[in-house]
Amino acid sequence: MTGVLIVSIYIFVLSIFVGFELITRVPPLLHTPLMSGANAVSGITLVGALIVAGTGASWLGTLLGCVAIIFATINVVGGFLVTDRMLEMFKKEDKKT
Amino acid sequence: MTMLINIAYLISISCFILGLKFLSSPRTARRGNMLSAFAMFIAVVVTLFDRQIVDYTYILAGIVIGGTIGVAAAKKIRMNDMPQMVAIFNAFGGGASSLVVLAQFIHHPEMAELNTGFTIPAALFIGTMTFTGSIAAFTKLQELVKSAPILFPAQKIINFLLHLGIVICAVLFITQPGESSFFYLLVILLLSAVIGITLVLPIGGADMPVIIALLNSYSGLAAAASGFVINNYVLIVSGALVGASGLILTNKMCRAMNRSLFNVLFGAVGQDIDTGSQTGQRNVIRYTPMDAAMILENARSVIVVPGYGLAVAQAQYAMHDTVELLRKRGTEIDYAIHPVAGRMPGHMNVLLAEANVPYDYLKDMEEINEDFKNTDVVLVVGANDVINPAARGNGNPLAGMPILNADQARSIIIIKRSLSPGFAKVENELFYEKKTMMVFGDAKEMLLKIVANLKTDS
Repeated sequence: MTGVLIVSIYIFVLSIFVGFELITRVPPLLHTPLMSGANAVSGITLVGALIVAGTGASWLGTLLGCVAIIFATINVVGGFLVTDRMLEMFKKEDKKT
Repeated sequence: MTMLINIAYLISISCFILGLKFLSSPRTARRGNMLSAFAMFIAVVVTLFDRQIVDYTYILAGIVIGGTIGVAAAKKIRMNDMPQMVAIFNAFGGGASSLVVLAQFIHHPEMAELNTGFTIPAALFIGTMTFTGSIAAFTKLQELVKSAPILFPAQKIINFLLHLGIVICAVLFITQPGESSFFYLLVILLLSAVIGITLVLPIGGADMPVIIALLNSYSGLAAAASGFVINNYVLIVSGALVGASGLILTNKMCRAMNRSLFNVLFGAVGQDIDTGSQTGQRNVIRYTPMDAAMILENARSVIVVPGYGLAVAQAQYAMHDTVELLRKRGTEIDYAIHPVAGRMPGHMNVLLAEANVPYDYLKDMEEINEDFKNTDVVLVVGANDVINPAARGNGNPLAGMPILNADQARSIIIIKRSLSPGFAKVENELFYEKKTMMVFGDAKEMLLKIVANLKTDS
């Protein structure tokens, strides 16, 4: 079990570095969409919620899992949609008048 | 099957990383966001094939309910209210993470005895703190509670004791698994909930961009932490990416105000106290929108400095019209955007993009700050602290904050409701300078008058 934990920690630390590399390059122009997009990604916890809600081992766990699904889905669906709505508005100057 | 699921997860992770990469340019950003959404879709669909899942009723119900609320919220929200929206979504993300951890423990109480047991209290702490902290931030942004710092006595000691309590419960949880394990978790849940609130309440309105970025980071870390608990790499990687992104933005926002994170969290800048500044009668000359229009007409180069006041007055469209009219006359004109303009990182850019301002007109502070000294007129609308020269001095709350060099331009037009100081409560000397023209009034009204004047003259 410890081996699994160590691998998880490796993955976690390396992902943090990847994140730093990727996001340092995002210009201030896009900081708000970046944030709401990242916010939607953090709704990935939905995957965990699906598992705990579907296992059916105890009613309390299932109930909490179900609430977790609702929360996470709001986060995911709302987050991606609102980010798309914002990015759609960003336009380059289309014609020189 | 497990093998296939894992490969699909790997594809999902790769798409998340590429999606973030595409977000770094306005040309590809939309595609990037869609790619991330696709990655999420894969991860969710694949998870449904997990052999642990035996009952789909609640899953379906949860997704339908959550999805409906999410779509409705995303469609309805006004761009001004984006910070609240992100805050409340953050709350849902953090809350979901902590519920996942709790549910996982209820299903498998034996987990506490494994040597990975410590991940449970840790994940519960981060998730719950994100949940209540984000809700507190939401109530502040929505002005359900006052946005000025709310202080309580012995703030640091209480915070320390709360954290200490969590550590003690976590140690007990790990070392003495059994009957009372669940009780320890509930105490951690409660204390973490309180910490989230005590973290955010003392933060002033001007520091909201920092705290939203920080909570954003926490929500990612919460997802990663729950990934440790249920041992799922998609959660760990995506959570870590969001955590890193939030930390970078937090850091950038702090630097844009020349404050350390510690100072933001415990400094309580912008309280309702009298700073004892010289409030004696000082004269400023009032100008009319007609005067302003005339000055603008004769300028060859203009820089617009928009602040949050512009958005509050819903004056973005009038602003855009003004700029377009001047541009048609051949005036060189751009927007200068301070990193903390608006109430979340990059907020002002979104507000102007909504009013159809092409993004190539929006210049960052670093990009444009050298141009001010060669500029005829700076038009400041609803901004204050970000152009306050006091920031270059010492001994005031703004000291050291990078500002837009509006004072270096040949003349300055400031449209503002009154002379009252900004969030930082530092008086702005620029208002009293000879080359400054103060136009008092509602930003939208004044800009519309300027537009009317520009139209009749051309």
